[in-house]
Order: sequence, then structure tokens, then C-alpha cells
Amino acid sequence: MQSNAALEYDYSLSKKFTFLTILFGFLGMLVGTIIAAQMAFPELNYLLGEYGTFSRLRPIHTNTVVFGFTVSGIFATWYYIGQRVLKVSMAESKFLMFIGNLMFWLYFVGALLATISLLFGVSSSKEYAQYEWPFDLVVVVVWVLWGVSVMGLIGIRREKALYISVWYYLACFLGIAMLYLFNNMAIPTYFATEGLGNILHSVSMYSGTNDALVQWWYGHNAVAFGFTVPIVGMIYYFLPKESGQAIYSYKLSLLSFWGLMFVYLWAGSHHLLWSTVPDWMQTMGSAFSVVLILPSWGSAINMLLTMKGEWNQLTDNPLIKFMVLASTFYMLSTIEGPIQAIRSVNAIAHFTDWIPGHVHDGVLGWVVFMIMAAIFHMAPRMFRREIYSKKLMEAQFWLQTIAVVLYFTSMWIAGITQGMMWRAVDEYGNLMYSFIDTVTVLHPYYAIRALSGVMYLVGFLMFAYNIYKTMTSGRQLSEEPQFRTPMA
Amino acid sequence: MFFHWLEKNPFFFAAAISIVISFAGLIEIVPNFAKAGKPLVDLKPRTVLELAGKNVYMKDNCMSCHSQMIRPFKSETDRYGDYSLSGEYAYDRPFLWGSKRTGPDLHRIGNYRSTDWHENHMFAPADIVPGSIMPAYKHQFTNLADIETAYAEAVTVKNAFHTPYGPEFKRTRAAWDAHRPKVLADAKAIADDMKNKDVKEAVANGQVPEIVALIAYLNSLK
Repeated sequence: MQSNAALEYDYSLSKKFTFLTILFGFLGMLVGTIIAAQMAFPELNYLLGEYGTFSRLRPIHTNTVVFGFTVSGIFATWYYIGQRVLKVSMAESKFLMFIGNLMFWLYFVGALLATISLLFGVSSSKEYAQYEWPFDLVVVVVWVLWGVSVMGLIGIRREKALYISVWYYLACFLGIAMLYLFNNMAIPTYFATEGLGNILHSVSMYSGTNDALVQWWYGHNAVAFGFTVPIVGMIYYFLPKESGQAIYSYKLSLLSFWGLMFVYLWAGSHHLLWSTVPDWMQTMGSAFSVVLILPSWGSAINMLLTMKGEWNQLTDNPLIKFMVLASTFYMLSTIEGPIQAIRSVNAIAHFTDWIPGHVHDGVLGWVVFMIMAAIFHMAPRMFRREIYSKKLMEAQFWLQTIAVVLYFTSMWIAGITQGMMWRAVDEYGNLMYSFIDTVTVLHPYYAIRALSGVMYLVGFLMFAYNIYKTMTSGRQLSEEPQFRTPMA
Repeated sequence: MFFHWLEKNPFFFAAAISIVISFAGLIEIVPNFAKAGKPLVDLKPRTVLELAGKNVYMKDNCMSCHSQMIRPFKSETDRYGDYSLSGEYAYDRPFLWGSKRTGPDLHRIGNYRSTDWHENHMFAPADIVPGSIMPAYKHQFTNLADIETAYAEAVTVKNAFHTPYGPEFKRTRAAWDAHRPKVLADAKAIADDMKNKDVKEAVANGQVPEIVALIAYLNSLK
């Protein structure tokens, strides 16, 4: 085992992005909880006048969680993992530090402005790509700067072979760059005329069915390269580090990495089943969605088998619990998605609450759990302090786990109920229910979902508090811990 | 072994990723651009007022709860009308199919709801549909629709994508000033069917409240 003793890593950027991860995580989840409550109790739509309606807030929830919380988490962990697996400190290059800091501030200010723009209804109405063109440009610049950081650090590395996590971060960078650029192609109308109208407004380069195809190629794969690829990269680093176990199989990691790269992007058209997209594309989307189980489960099983013979750690290290639960939810989510992508199932599931249910068992159970676990692992090393409270961590784990289970079970029931009611006919073949019948019936499930949101948010606050106390009053450590994270 | 070599050569590694992730887009998406962008034979682009309404629809993000895609099932055609065709969307930028039906589909709502119905419904949805969880959009009765931006959009798509707008659609401010009365006349036709005094007064004064543009757009969905 190679010793890290000779190198002092620079965690300043990692710390900065950790703060943003927690800040945007809280904001995104708070708005999510509010809009969940609005569906159960519509009076809550009028707290902020025009700016407080469900429809205005929903993109703020999604974009803050995706581009605020998750992307911050990706950056925070990259600036930590990158140095360590490449065996080079950020402090060795003034240039890379400058780029990193520039990117941080640009990203922070850009994300805040973009969020405000959504509040005012400045939106291109493409899901998870609502930002109008000036904000898209900021995103592109930030992303390029991050690319320079990644490539730059790889360029000055000491360890010649790229560890598995680096493959995933590299893929995240390249994938999102390609997807974001093509999907957001738009012409600003102000500049295409003699300065007529609103300078922020633009019109998509694609129309109708083509626009839908590009959008869902993007929408589905932004999930791939934002919510899957870098998160897998994180667990490939943090689980072996925390448990002291070697990755179970190198070959399995090869198979699942290249499999994921090839297969994932084909599956986007499963968002457009039964639409006006040509049948062969829909069929391809369905088929590749099912094939996608292989590389997804490949990674998850590789992680679970890494714990082989060491399952006792699960009982006494809550951090291992977070990561094992995360990979388990990853497995659940990646079997659920392909099931929904089968045409006959999709006919019932599409347009219903089963879809947000699916998204959230993946995101709450897998993405957020893994990012929180990563921060729990990094904090004692970045701040040279012990985790403030193991008990609080345990309590948070169970509270949030129950919250996720309540979320997806209530949405499964809601989605299937609504899907079946929409198509129900009486003995004469007439529709049995008016649309509003299929809405009012969902009230209890919406209420349960809102409750689960509150529970999850409280859990996230417990996490934030624990990290804050770790930073400020955790017991100081004389040296960086090697494997298991110390906690009081 | 090839992969061991690849892992030590970041440039080729990145190139390999880029190639592998490009296949799907090239094979699955690009071919459609040659074919499915074609409009139906008698499809007309939206008027400037309707475009302004579409922009209100986007601003208040109606698509977070409403789809515009009627799937080819009997339960859907019974409820919403004929199933949707690709050629109907040829001038829609962006597409507004939506992905969630918290409320019903709107692709042919112009066939079965009236100006009057929308006016009342947008002001207080639960009064018209008891049990509705849709928020009221009262601010649309006072906010003004941005018809100049809608005109700029029409001119842009005409020049960039040959969307068949007439020869009077030009990039200049003079052309917009000449077209403006036409938009106001369309707005007046909608407002004549409405009851809200403030809206009527605004239209009489040459302004277009958001609700007027939105209703024009919803009425055009057929």
C-alpha cells in the first residue's frame, strides 16, 4: 500500500463546494417539500403571490437539486478524490487553483442568478434545461473551466494509471458537455431582429418531434451523466477507502463502465413511448433500457461484493450503512426504470406520479445518500476533526430511509391508481371517471409524500448540523485518518 | 492488455468515451431530422397573439402539470379527441408535450373549452372544477403579455427555419409597428367574449393582458 504521507493535499476548493452542496441541497429540498405539500393542500400556492405557484417553483426545485446540489457535490468530491488518486496536490499548480476559484465564484453567482430568473418565469420550458441562453452560456463557461481543472490535474499527475473514479468523472465531463450543448441550441430573438422584444428570449433550433427527441436524449442522459456516472465514481472511491476493502472485481468494473457508456444514451426515447416519435426509436429505447440493467447492476453488485466477509462493518459504521443502502437503492431504481420502459407498463405509468416516485427513490436513496456519505468521509480529513456525533448520524439514517420508503410507496400507489382510473371503462365501454375524480382520489398519497418530504428535509438538516459541529467543535485529530472515519 | 494501456493514456481514454457515447445520438436521433420535421399539409403557424400566449404558457410553466400529447388509446381519444400527429407540432419551438398529467391533456382543448370558461377557470379553478388542486392565476389578468417579443420570435423562425409567415414579417421596428394593430384586433376579439372589466379596459387602451394572449393560444389548440 502506497503511503500518502509525503503529499499535503489542498482541500480549499473541496471545502468551498461542500458548503455549496449543503446550501443548495437545503434550498432544493425545501422547495421540493413545499411543492409536494402544495399538491396535497393547494392553499399553499398563494404564499408568495405570482412567484409561489407550483408551476413556477417546480423548475426551481429540479434545477437547484440537479445543478446546485448534485453538481456541487460532484465538484466537491472531484477536488478531493482527483488529487488523491492522481497523487498530486492542487497546491502544486497556481494555474489550476486560479481556474478552480474562478469557476467556484462564477458557478455560485451564476446559479443564484439563474434560480432567480426561473422565479420570474424566464424559462425555455425544456425540462432540466429551463435556463435561458445567457445562463446557458455561464453554465458552459463553468463546465469548460471544470474540464480544464480535470484535464489539468490529469496532465500533472504522478500516478500514471487512471483509477476507476477518474474514468467516471471524465465521462461526466464529456457527456454533460455534449448533451447540454446540443439540447440548448437556441436563437436569441432580440439579436435575430433589430433589437425587438426581450433580450433574454430565445427560440429552440429544433421543432416539435425533433425537439422532443433531442430534449429526452438530453433529459434522460443528464440523469445518466449527472446522477449516475459521477455518483458511481464516488462510491468506487469512498466505499473501499472507508471499509479498507479492495474493489471486488476489476473486470466487472470495466464491463459496467464501458457498458454504461455505450448503452445509456440509447434509452432516452423511452420517455417518448406512444408519442409521435417513430416506432423503431421507441422500440430501441425500450430494448436498451432493459439491457441497461446489466451495467447498472454490474456496478452495484461490484460494490456489495466489495463488502464480502466484512459485513460486520455494517452494524458498527453508519457511513458504510449509507453507502450500502445507496447501492441498494441504485439497484432498485435501475430495475424499476426498465420496467417502466416496457411499452405496456409505460402505457399506464407515463404521465402519472409513478414517474416522480421512480426519480426520487433513485435521487433520495442513491444520489443524496452517496453525496452525504462522501461528505461525512471527507469532513474529518478536510478539517482534521472527528465527526461530531455518530448517534445523530444513525438517527438521520433511519429517518431518511423511512422517508424514502414512504415517498416511493405512496407514489407507486398514486401512479398506478391514476393510470388505471384514466383507462377504466364501464360495461358499455364508456369512461368511468372524469379527470377530476382521478385527482381527488390521490389526496392521501400526496399528503403522505409531503410528510416524507418533511422527514427527509429534517434528516438533511441533521446532516448539515452534524457537519457544522464537526467543523467547529469536533475533537481535533493529530493526523489524517487512513480508513474508517473517526466519529464520536 | 488494451484497457491497461488505455488507462495510462488519458487523451485516448477521453476520445474512446466520446466515440462510445456518440453512437446513440448519431444513429437514433439524427435520421429523424430528415423526416419527421415536416408539417401537415394545411398547418398554419401561430399568430403573434397566440405566440405571446404560448410564451405565457411557458412563463407560468403550465407544462409541469399538463401534457399536449394524446396517445393512440381509446381511453385517451374518448377523453381528449383524435390522437396527436407528428406533423401538427412542426412549428412548435419548443415542443410542449409535457411529461406529467397532474391536470388533463390540453392538445385539443380549443375544441371543447371556450374563452368564457378559461376566463373563469384561470381566475378561480376550484370554483369551476370542484376539488381542483390547480392554483389560480390571477396575476395573468393584470400582467401584460409581451407581444413585441412574440413578433420577434415569429420573424426569427421565419428567417431561420422558413416557417411560413407572410412577407410583412420583417426584422425592423417599422414592420412591427405596422403589424401591431393586427395583434390588438385579435386581442379585442378575445376580450369581447370576456367579462373582466379591467381586462376589457386594458385591451381598449391598446394593451394585452397575459390572460388574453393565453386564451388565444389555448383556443388555437385543436
